Amino acid sequence: MEKRQLTCINCPLGCQLEVVIDKGEIVSIENYGCQRGIEYAKKEIANPKRTVTSILPVIGGELPMVSVKTRTDIPKDKISECMHCLKDLKVGAPVKIGDVIVKNIGNTGVDIIATKKVDKKND
Amino acid sequence: MMYDVIVIGAGVIGANIARELAKYELNIMVLEKNLDVCEGTSKANSGIVHSGYDAKPGSLKAKYNVIGNVLMEDLCKELVVPFKRNGSLVLAFSESESATLKILLDQGHKNKVKDLAILEKEAIIAKEPNINKNVYQALYAPSGGIVDPFELTLASAEVAFLNDVSFQFGTRVTHIYREDDAFMVVTNRGEYKSRTIVNAAGVFADDINNLISDTKYRILPRKGEYCLFDKQIGDLVTSTIFQLPTKEGKGVLVTPTAEGNLLIGPNSEFVDDKNDTSTSEEGIREVIRRAKQSVDNIPMPFVITAFAGLRATEKNEDFVIGEADDVPGFFNALGIESPGLTAAPAIAIEIAHMVAQKLEAKQSDNYIIKRNKTVHFESLSIKEKQELFLKDKNYGKIICRCELVTLAEILDSIKRPLGAKTVDGVKRRTRAGSGRCQGGFCSPKIVEILAKELGKDLREILKSSEKSTYLIGLDKDLL
Amino acid sequence: MDNRDIVIIGGGPAGLAAAISAYHAGVCDILILERENSLGGILNQCIHNGFGLHKFKEELTGPEYAERYVDQVHELNIEYKLETMVIDITEDKHVIAMNEIEGVIDIKAKTIILAMGCRERPRGALNIPGNRPSGIFTAGTAQKYVNIDGYLPGREVVILGSGDIGLIMARRLTLEGAKVKMVCEILPYSGGLKRNIVQCLDDYDIPLRLSHTITKIHGKERIEAVTVAKVDEFLKPIKETEEYVTCDTLLLSVGLIPENELTRKAGITINPKTQGPIVDSNLETSIPGVYACGNVLHVHDLVDYVSDEASIAGQKAAMFVKNSLISDDKFAVIAGKGVRYTVPSWIIDDSSIAMSIIRFRVDGVYKDHFVTIKLDNEKAYHKQKRILTPGEMEQVMILRKWIDAKPELKTIEILLEED
Repeated sequence: MEKRQLTCINCPLGCQLEVVIDKGEIVSIENYGCQRGIEYAKKEIANPKRTVTSILPVIGGELPMVSVKTRTDIPKDKISECMHCLKDLKVGAPVKIGDVIVKNIGNTGVDIIATKKVDKKND
Repeated sequence: MMYDVIVIGAGVIGANIARELAKYELNIMVLEKNLDVCEGTSKANSGIVHSGYDAKPGSLKAKYNVIGNVLMEDLCKELVVPFKRNGSLVLAFSESESATLKILLDQGHKNKVKDLAILEKEAIIAKEPNINKNVYQALYAPSGGIVDPFELTLASAEVAFLNDVSFQFGTRVTHIYREDDAFMVVTNRGEYKSRTIVNAAGVFADDINNLISDTKYRILPRKGEYCLFDKQIGDLVTSTIFQLPTKEGKGVLVTPTAEGNLLIGPNSEFVDDKNDTSTSEEGIREVIRRAKQSVDNIPMPFVITAFAGLRATEKNEDFVIGEADDVPGFFNALGIESPGLTAAPAIAIEIAHMVAQKLEAKQSDNYIIKRNKTVHFESLSIKEKQELFLKDKNYGKIICRCELVTLAEILDSIKRPLGAKTVDGVKRRTRAGSGRCQGGFCSPKIVEILAKELGKDLREILKSSEKSTYLIGLDKDLL
Repeated sequence: MDNRDIVIIGGGPAGLAAAISAYHAGVCDILILERENSLGGILNQCIHNGFGLHKFKEELTGPEYAERYVDQVHELNIEYKLETMVIDITEDKHVIAMNEIEGVIDIKAKTIILAMGCRERPRGALNIPGNRPSGIFTAGTAQKYVNIDGYLPGREVVILGSGDIGLIMARRLTLEGAKVKMVCEILPYSGGLKRNIVQCLDDYDIPLRLSHTITKIHGKERIEAVTVAKVDEFLKPIKETEEYVTCDTLLLSVGLIPENELTRKAGITINPKTQGPIVDSNLETSIPGVYACGNVLHVHDLVDYVSDEASIAGQKAAMFVKNSLISDDKFAVIAGKGVRYTVPSWIIDDSSIAMSIIRFRVDGVYKDHFVTIKLDNEKAYHKQKRILTPGEMEQVMILRKWIDAKPELKTIEILLEED
């Protein structure tokens, strides 16, 4: 039996969840502020995931860089691989919020999408 | 190629000497080891133009201080450099302390300082209401003033440059030897030949002298630390407030600066390393403690920054001005510590005269006095601002929000003679980045502007010296 | 000279929300003045997510949150000028600004909304001893280089200050390839959101050194190392704990201050606790017709609250223009025991408003304490909170019915009680 304290990261309240685990299975979750806390605890114990945000250079755009994110969260242990996949990538303008920049990053099944609008540069 | 004069050092002394030498028909080169003018002691001092009651009668310090004080106002007018004759007060807090004031008064009279007076408590407080009420008496010296040491140095260097003086930066002198009738000056960037040399190398002047002369000198670098405060309290005092001098020096002062900030410092501490201009916890604490003895309501939350400089104190504690006895043609301006800044105009005339005599040089007919006026946009009226904008729309773009510095001023600081090549160079010429946010907002913009104007990548832009980069790579370069 | 009903200084989240709200309140003659070359303010460089959870029930990145408001400004055709810096506001509501197209612009405004945001405390304010080498950045400036320009400021980083910007940058720099060696925090608790400790430090094994500070900077040209030391309960460094930590970059996340230059210049009364203007519940400053919202009023943690606050300012500014604001009677709001400051400092006596929001910060870490609201000396609200810290802004509602029940009411006090 193991007791673990987790800080829920779903919202800025950051409830301090108290999770009891037995043989890898969750026995109880306490101190959650809402349903999302329960979901988070389950996920964090079984398969922790994170949303990754970064930026990529833009070619021919009004701005030099475009901010991007993983559309949904990806396994925590894939973050490093995700960043390596983005290395040396450049994006052509124009870009709209939501445009898919990379499909299925690092085989996570999750796309990298743009989070900023960048228009084409006027000559 | 043979120069007539090589000046070693582009601080306030070297720059002023070069400016005076340029009045003669001479081929002059200034060698400076840093990347810009005014990077040594001249950068980190209080900017006080001393009256001269403090110097020992009969010393060179006394002689050049008093002459320099008189010359400074007109020189600053000529160079268009801010100067204010705001007067000084030396405070005494007891009857026994006031005995020292009398000594200073006498000394001042011997040194021919004008208009000195002893003030009683009431008059002191009426003049400076923020001085501590336990003050007893004060020596009042109306001839004291404040000047911006960087602007004075840069303006002098610029005028020298306009009159065909060459400047070479990043050039450090390592050897000097004689060859026929000339000197060979060996540097990290090559050898230069000259008929005469002027040594204005500040804290390193002893090293330079000792390369060629057998009359050895020893400079003991003496550190002084300062705190600079927001312009909001720049008028806490209007005169420069001194305490009684000790054997260590003039003591910690509280003064407005020529730019409108409040400055306190310096303390005094001998150090071993001529490159050590770091501030210390004890040093700053001492400066604050002692400054509060004069003005105890200095509001510490208004501190913007702290800095330190090294005084070039020669072992014998006086200036060494003139030709080396054993090396004809080698002229020293050595051991120039306080009142060095004040003395600069006078030392410059003297050295230039000595060198010109030696070389039998003629006065130049086309000496250009006026340099292109630098614009200080922030201080202009709305009407003047709009007029400038109509001439150049870059005056419409404000880069430094705290000091209201425009793109036009920054571009000018880069493009003008001896223009800025570093972020600190832009800062010293325009005040961009020297305000209360200390470049937090504008420094990325200045880095971009420098990169564009100098045709460099952002990663190559420096703060002040060769290794002082801002950015080391592109995102993900290290992955 | 131009005449405008509403001039908004700043096109970041506060300015944008105020503009939209003013428009919906019936005033269309609005001009936003923004100094950068795009709207969005600081959100443009906050590329991380966590914005909009309250407002939109979605987790957005900064640019996405900003876009929601920028789109509305475009749809409503609200006028704005970019690359325009306001250099002065006068007491009689002239706004003087400059840009490269028009030069000096003089606008006579019926109302002004201050939405200039905040700036970072620099190293000089801390007086950390040492030389003045390159490689020292405030966290926000570093964020600009990394997220807007695409450049890395260093390889080996130490961060001083565990406020949110410091934590966010710890993660940013790590993701982009730098090594963040540690985050030092002088207080015994972190100033940032707990979730950021998890996602920015724990996730990347970056140590958080609480009760630690930096006592010296080493290196003359570029920073080479810092001396880190533990501090005692008086926050004084303990010399025996000094540790030499090599690094080529130091990030400072040591406090935000409202951008109050213009506020001061206009002669507006400033709250010494926030360094922002003193306002009433209409968010009006000491100059009638000049309003303030967002980080320039007091530094926020959540942009959602900034948008809410700015909407009120926009609405009230519009009402001022239409002469439809109610009486000047007001009740003083007092920051009582445990409360560092409140915004606003006055509640306007307006019976048409069912509830007024008061936002506040506490002055220390309090566990299981009660937030109490007293009307004169009578308790009207008394609620226990698990944890209260200075790093997390709190808010309470003052209900009109409480005020109606006390006709002689003079003051409203917010305080903390143990029971």
